[in-house]
Amino acid sequence: MDVAIIGLGIHPFGRTPGKSGREQGVHAARAALKDASMAWSDLEFAYGGSAAAGAADAMVKDMGLTGLQFVNVSNGCATGGSALQSAYMAIQSGMFDVGMAIGFDKHERGAFRVDPKGGGLGKWYGDVGMALTPQFFGMKIQRYMHDYGISEDALNLVAVKNYANGTKNPNAWRQQVIPYDEVANSMMVCHPLRKFHFCSPAEGGCAMILCRADKAKQFTDKKPVFLKAVSVKTRLFGSFEVFSQSQALDRADAPTVQASKAAFEQAGIGPEDIDVAQLQDTESGAEIMHMAENGFCQHGEQEKWLREGQTSIDGKLPVNTDGGCMANGEPIGASGLRQVHEIAIQLRGEGGARQVPNSPKAGYTHVYGAPGLSGVCILSN
Amino acid sequence: MAEQTSTPNYGYENTVPIAEGLFTWPSNDPRLLGSQCQDCGVVTFPVQSGCPACSSTNVETIELEREGTLWTWTIQGFYPQRPPYDGPETPENFKPFGVGYIELPGQVRVQSRIKTEDVSKLRIGMSMKLLVEQYIERDGKQVMSYFFQPSDEL
Ligand SMILES: [Zn+2]
Repeated sequence: MDVAIIGLGIHPFGRTPGKSGREQGVHAARAALKDASMAWSDLEFAYGGSAAAGAADAMVKDMGLTGLQFVNVSNGCATGGSALQSAYMAIQSGMFDVGMAIGFDKHERGAFRVDPKGGGLGKWYGDVGMALTPQFFGMKIQRYMHDYGISEDALNLVAVKNYANGTKNPNAWRQQVIPYDEVANSMMVCHPLRKFHFCSPAEGGCAMILCRADKAKQFTDKKPVFLKAVSVKTRLFGSFEVFSQSQALDRADAPTVQASKAAFEQAGIGPEDIDVAQLQDTESGAEIMHMAENGFCQHGEQEKWLREGQTSIDGKLPVNTDGGCMANGEPIGASGLRQVHEIAIQLRGEGGARQVPNSPKAGYTHVYGAPGLSGVCILSN
Repeated sequence: MAEQTSTPNYGYENTVPIAEGLFTWPSNDPRLLGSQCQDCGVVTFPVQSGCPACSSTNVETIELEREGTLWTWTIQGFYPQRPPYDGPETPENFKPFGVGYIELPGQVRVQSRIKTEDVSKLRIGMSMKLLVEQYIERDGKQVMSYFFQPSDEL
């Protein structure tokens, strides 16, 4: 049974002082309902998540106590993606016809604070200064660049592209072009990654309404976008993940590789059929590795692609057309849904200044994060 | 460095390891402690109660190699959030420090702080050696932690 997305809503990402994470979620939920010309009371269920802004289901007191099934989802960086997958499965099972996937968040400034004890790592790990996510990103791309002959030029080109795309997205946090030299000379955070290679924790909300594709016309006049595949996978033994005090000598495929393969299999198409993609860009290196892990190019080919502009809005495979995590920041609960939101916008042809040319038909989203999980969606119109 | 002897009982009274069971201590020749699965051979650091590769609980504590090569690295460029950080410096006198994974031949890659005079010399593949030394002072005791140091700086 096909699942359709018939309503899209977003609260601008970034910093919104005086507005709680939940209020930003409510804003997004109302926008999604308005987009579909539907009422909250039409919904049979909701899956929602937030990492740092309280329980998602608290929003029913703002939206209305209609008795709907509301399940809170908590799954690290894949919280938004997992809410969407849960909604997808709820409809596919035949149990429900229509519902919402929603995520919102509001994080404190600076790097995510880590609790080494809660993560099963021992207090000593934090004491000595190794419980820091930027170190992991630095070490992972350091090795990758060594293995595949990628230079800092590639890191800079990703950042320049994503900030430039952000200026074309009214909902993005960063609205300024950052010139190449400014990226290349910004402060070294965790070698080889610099300040402007990283995204930051932020705030925002995103919601979407999903329904059985064969009943879409009953609910709305909006042209639906179809969710052809959803896959969430976690790390295998031997995968290089954050906060690993040791690593196996033999490496396994990343969770992204598993999730991507499963999603393409479900959808019955291949990477060459994708017209526009959203790939997790926690930092520049992540986007580079994810281009290959998701099957769009070979390992080591990325620098050439970036120099040729193949992942720019007018390139062969536009990546992170809304500015990605770099220009939007990363509110964990909402981030994975933002990616899907952007692809749906592109497939509807509503991308405005950042619209991918030639009416894209198939899109792809990929989220990756702690503690080593990946979520992939494939969409079509 | 002193000749290796049996477990020393002099000169270590005022020291405590940063965590019990992380490395042999007190010792003139300390080693990191890991677990080796008796069913599939996989080694982990630190010690854990089961094997992450095959789920077996038939694991034994072993002493890890003290020399290896740098598999990847980075430089922590900013003063980490305190807590959880508990380093000896203040934000004012903080100096960027190295962190990496050291591949111990035939065993496992371990994550470690890197002690070096010059972080700009860090390279993948360089040979590294284990070192246990004072990290901070706490309650009047020297808190000992492990580091790896480029072999050519020893
Ligand atoms: Zn085993």
